[in-house]
Amino acid sequence: MKPAPFEYLAASSAAEAIEALERFGDEAKVLAGGQSLIPMMALRLARPSALVDINRCGDLEGLTETGVTLTVGALARQRDLERWARPRSPLFREVLAAVAHAPIRNRGTVVGNLVHADPASELPALLLCLDGEVTARRTAGERVVPAHELYLAPLTTALASAELATQARFTLPPDGAGWGFAEVARRHGDFALVGCIAVLALDGAGIVSHARLGFFGVGGTPVRGTAGEALLLGREPTAGRCVEAAKAAAAALSPDGDIHASAGYRKIVSATLAERVLAAAVGRCGKAA
Amino acid sequence: MKRAIRVKVNGTDYGRDVDVRSTLADFLRDDLDLTGTHVGCEHGVCGACTVLVDGAPVRSCLMLAAQADGHEVATVEGVAPSDDELHPLQEAFWAKHGLQCGYCTPGIIMSARAFLEESPTPTDGEIREMLSGHLCRCTGYHFIVEAIAEAARAMAARRKP
Repeated sequence: MKPAPFEYLAASSAAEAIEALERFGDEAKVLAGGQSLIPMMALRLARPSALVDINRCGDLEGLTETGVTLTVGALARQRDLERWARPRSPLFREVLAAVAHAPIRNRGTVVGNLVHADPASELPALLLCLDGEVTARRTAGERVVPAHELYLAPLTTALASAELATQARFTLPPDGAGWGFAEVARRHGDFALVGCIAVLALDGAGIVSHARLGFFGVGGTPVRGTAGEALLLGREPTAGRCVEAAKAAAAALSPDGDIHASAGYRKIVSATLAERVLAAAVGRCGKAA
Repeated sequence: MKRAIRVKVNGTDYGRDVDVRSTLADFLRDDLDLTGTHVGCEHGVCGACTVLVDGAPVRSCLMLAAQADGHEVATVEGVAPSDDELHPLQEAFWAKHGLQCGYCTPGIIMSARAFLEESPTPTDGEIREMLSGHLCRCTGYHFIVEAIAEAARAMAARRKP
């Protein structure tokens, strides 16, 4: 037994879980997939006084696609999203293949990953690039937090401890959009040192009508490369312009250094990866994302 | 804090009172004496403790025993069809020297079992991607890749009429 003692409650509905979160107060944590929380408890980096287990809340399951959006319930596993993506979305498929390993994805939930807010995680950057949002519920009511307001700092979101993230919504890329994904990690499935996602769409004349460039692993939160996006929007995405956009986006980053990679290295790799994902996205424009 | 659970492990029903702090790995090893499931890092990185829960490979160190209540667990002890017969995966690990020190083997066998059900004719690349979730500190991954590929062939041959 490695974790410090805690109270445990297996909630049978979202309402019961929310009531318990309010009752237990600040020191309680929601247990969904547990693939980040349990390791932190084993290492005693986290010592919640109570765990509210939502794994038996049938009303938090489900994965619904409308053609425009994809809504993921708090209990949908990363593996469920991977299975949904396999015949439908190479972008989601490629991003998910980089999220840890199959046994972790079998338990780990999409929403749990999003609100854990690990700055090296792929899915928060994807949520940002797909104009996503997370629904947070407490007894008093529900609110929707857009991705760009969700991430405040490493492992810190705008959600309050009494709020339960009940679902996340991704806006699917526009028809014919191209995409690119790349990351540098020490081993496959390990935390990314730097990663980058691009989604581009062109109008009938070959002019960029939609541009999203997102980075992860380069600071406290996932971040949009808006300086790069601005250089591409309304223009033809020539190879030279993509390089310029990648450089501009990377120049605006302020990554941290750690024992695995210096800040300078991360910045250089960010520019290189941005260049690659933009080139890949341009090449894929016109094909289904 | 204790909690009563009922879990089916390798086809047998067990009812126990567990401390809510107990992981599924602790429960299997300490309460049920099924010590074939090995614990390495105990924080989800190494993969040694991988077992199947309702058929899907999961880290037993990252699941509380209390969460297994009402579920079915399969461990390495239940892989061989009988006392004097090995599963094709076990046979292939023996034949291809995939075992080495053997510490990481039970986790890999459980992952590989589920993997081969989903991908019965895997490429070496797919086998390596699957293996990326398991650390072998003997570092002889080549033999393990060969063993899994061999097991896939043997299982395919068995399926042919």
